[in-house]
Amino acid sequence: MTATATPATPSSVIAPTDGSTVEGGSRLVWAVRDTLAMAQRNLLHITRVPQLLVFTFIQPVMFVLLFRYVFGGAIPIPGLSYVNYLMPGIFGQTVMFGAANTAVGLADDLGTGIIERFRSLPMARLAVLSGRTLADLARSCVVVAVMLLVGFAVGFRPDGSVLNIAAGIVIVLGFAFGLSWLFANVGLRAPNAEAAQAVAFPIMFPLTFASSAFVPVNTMPGWLQGFAAHQPVTVVINAARSLMLGPEATAQLREAGVFTTSGTSYVIQAFAWIAVIVGIAAPLAVRRYRRTV
Amino acid sequence: MTTDELAIEVAGLTKRFGDVVALDGVDLRVRQGSVYGLLGPNGAGKTTTVRVLTTILAPDEGEARVLGLDVATRADAVRRVIGLAGQYAAVDEQLTARENLVLVGRLTHQRRSGLRARADELLEAFDLGHAADRPLKTFSGGMRRRLDLAASLVHRPPVLFLDEPTTGLDPRSRSDLWDLIRTLVEGGTTVLLTTQYLEEADVLAERIAVVDQGRVIAEGTSEELKAQMGATVLELTFADPRSASAAVGEVARVLPGAEADGTLVRVTVPDGTHSALEVLRALDAAGTDVAGMTLREPSLDDVFLSLTGRPAESGDETPPDEGGTRPADDPSDPVPPDLAPTGGRR
Repeated sequence: MTATATPATPSSVIAPTDGSTVEGGSRLVWAVRDTLAMAQRNLLHITRVPQLLVFTFIQPVMFVLLFRYVFGGAIPIPGLSYVNYLMPGIFGQTVMFGAANTAVGLADDLGTGIIERFRSLPMARLAVLSGRTLADLARSCVVVAVMLLVGFAVGFRPDGSVLNIAAGIVIVLGFAFGLSWLFANVGLRAPNAEAAQAVAFPIMFPLTFASSAFVPVNTMPGWLQGFAAHQPVTVVINAARSLMLGPEATAQLREAGVFTTSGTSYVIQAFAWIAVIVGIAAPLAVRRYRRTV
Repeated sequence: MTTDELAIEVAGLTKRFGDVVALDGVDLRVRQGSVYGLLGPNGAGKTTTVRVLTTILAPDEGEARVLGLDVATRADAVRRVIGLAGQYAAVDEQLTARENLVLVGRLTHQRRSGLRARADELLEAFDLGHAADRPLKTFSGGMRRRLDLAASLVHRPPVLFLDEPTTGLDPRSRSDLWDLIRTLVEGGTTVLLTTQYLEEADVLAERIAVVDQGRVIAEGTSEELKAQMGATVLELTFADPRSASAAVGEVARVLPGAEADGTLVRVTVPDGTHSALEVLRALDAAGTDVAGMTLREPSLDDVFLSLTGRPAESGDETPPDEGGTRPADDPSDPVPPDLAPTGGRR
């Protein structure tokens, strides 16, 4: 725009304020509003590159097809069809892989000049992080909803009540939120978005595959079972499984040694894991962000 | 508030990054409603000073107040009264121009109902109205910088920090920005401006601080500084070195301190054109032919040479930055890469 002259800026547009345009409100109210503003900004980013959202669906759909139709026939599950066993695992895997977005998105923000502006604005410090994790939670909601439909299409027929299926989804999404805070710490420490991605992968991979997501843990070698049976991904997936598949299937899985504890215990453990992860990762991330200059 | 109240008050400001001392006891006093220039080469500590004053960095020692508010203990209150724009457009590349301004409006806690109108008003004022809903990818470097400036003014801050705002701008955009700064100050805004160009500080700033290696090495009005710096230099070119050395004697009779350098004769002229004319008259009277002459205003290099006895260590001239983000190696501050702020993360 150097070809046309810039009109002289009217003084009235840029004159300093008397403060009358500022809205009132407590710190807490503003922390929430700033979080929503930042979450909306991050969601706008997704709509600007819709292809990326499509790619987030392609990967889990491929996993569904791969395990449902290629590997699934070779994985016997006592008392229920493999697709019913698989789908809660797919939900867990989907949010696990999706959580890396938090690390990448945050590292991306920190690598551009925009973060300097955020730091100089009277916004809540927390909002850069909470706006990010909230937006990623919204994204997870959409992805899990789509995966649920994909599951129904390939024969997922859970016996649990609608309420229990919804509760299973809530646990998975709660876990997604916790993971998001965990990966926020990765994003804050990574030198750039590519590095964040590279660091996130080796964390996600063993947690996702050395879990009950795709195969029963009791088929794994003994040395691996100790880890696989108790790590949070297994706990969350089994909690969702027991709620979605209903008490009968849960009892059978328990009897066959696929579940090492009761459904209720998995649900309690899952909520405990989510609380612990958010309770540690969120304050750590906020502290790190305040220090990162 | 009376005009002689201070908008910015800095005393003994110190900032270290590991072993590197970025600020080594900086003192500044900026009158409300004035333009204050921080002049210095890359790595002098200009950007670090701005980062501390805008609460982005915490100082190690010393005190800094903006409108009487301590940047360390009342950071939130400081953020409400300041605006920041700089060499690197701090705008969201994936949002439209309007979305960028509305976002800043929300985050500066402006009334929701007035946000869109405020954004449109600013877009018009900064000649971006036609591009309000276009993605920033299609913006030129100049448009990004104008949007960056508009974003810094959304909440009408009484104190504005401009960190090398004209570096990399074409001459027209530069003069537009100068006009804008004058308009802002007429309206009562206080502007702290960092620059590598003596001319810019000279034209805009009421007072100037020359910064070098984290210290203020000179402070005063542009006239006061120039008086310290030996003012304008007259350079005369002669046909050959022999006539040049012959002319030195003639020149020295009018002005002391003339030096021959090949076919060049160089002399400092304390009162500009008047003494230059006298020199020319004397040469003419002596029948010496002058092949060419230049009157050179002191540059930042001259300032440094006269203040520190060594040239400004800017290393390289900052290339015009057309991108929206920081280049790979941000030379503006001597920060080790692992401790570097956002700039070092790329």
